[in-house]
Amino acid sequence: MYWNWKASGLALAVCFLAAVVLVKPIGVSTQFVIFDGWLADFVNPDLVIEDAESKSGYSSSNAYLDKSGGKYAKSVANPMNYSFVFVLAMILGGFLAAKTQSKKADLIPVFHQRNFPNSAGKRLILAFSGGVIVLFGARLAGGCTSGHMMSGMMQTAVSGYIFAAAAFTAAIPVAILLYKKGGNEA
Amino acid sequence: MSMSLVLAIVLGGAFGFVLQRVGAADPQKIIGMLTLTDLHLAKAILSGIGISSALLFIGLSAGFIDAGNLSIKSMYTGVIVGGLLLGAGWAIAGFCPGTGLVALGAGRVDAALFILGGLVGAGLYTMAFGSISDTWLFNEMFGGKATLASADQGLIIALGIAVVFLAIAFLAPKRIR
Repeated sequence: MYWNWKASGLALAVCFLAAVVLVKPIGVSTQFVIFDGWLADFVNPDLVIEDAESKSGYSSSNAYLDKSGGKYAKSVANPMNYSFVFVLAMILGGFLAAKTQSKKADLIPVFHQRNFPNSAGKRLILAFSGGVIVLFGARLAGGCTSGHMMSGMMQTAVSGYIFAAAAFTAAIPVAILLYKKGGNEA
Repeated sequence: MSMSLVLAIVLGGAFGFVLQRVGAADPQKIIGMLTLTDLHLAKAILSGIGISSALLFIGLSAGFIDAGNLSIKSMYTGVIVGGLLLGAGWAIAGFCPGTGLVALGAGRVDAALFILGGLVGAGLYTMAFGSISDTWLFNEMFGGKATLASADQGLIIALGIAVVFLAIAFLAPKRIR
């Protein structure tokens, strides 16, 4: 149902290379902050303001949105920018790829069903709590699997290799302990 | 529409399409890799990095690629702590930020919950940053924005690393456990 690993590796390489040739390295996790900021700015319009003193032209009462000369504050004020639209287009790409795919993935994955039979609710709780930890971690690290691991190692960034090592150092034992009965069929 | 938004739609759409078709947006394939029972994605990721890294440095040294487009992330303590956290959450959910979004597009309900959780996690970090920004978590390590491929010998080093990554991808078994 999926491409073999050689075709997969080549296709991933084309994506990461095309992005850096045409625009800049791929990154995703920052846009979760931009979306949060955009929502929060509706509730509190004073969160992000135009500010001629700031390097980006925008500033924020929040220290994170205000850092690096209000770089994130500017994106929150103008969400229709390259990086944010890129991430929205990824959702569309996933939709089109799944629509044109012959076989669908199971809605409750096999590894979950084997380890926690008949507990769809638990799958949703695990997905939600994993999401909280993943994005908190990604923002602390300054990037995620796309920005640090793939784009970073492509450019031979020291931070990319160390991030990847740290991520797998935690991920492999947690996956093996949580999903004791194996992750895969047979 | 500006050229940059057209590029965002084309490049982002293609990336989302590819992540779905390689199986990276399927938590079954992620957990298969992390429990070492299905190394399909590990081989795809290693070869993807190897090929793109080799072509990038060939393009840079031949002058086809603008070095101004590169962007090296800084190395500090938080990269390790954050990487460990991301890894743990990745293993719990079976998604990372990009693949979670793609899986949402593919219609997965668990991915929608992952994205909601992700927005909460990113929001918590945004609120916490002000009180942690002056701590040890941001101590610079290994020269900050350093790369292994230095300016004068970049091509040779990058090609060497690419060969190692591709060799591991080819030689690794389909599963370890």
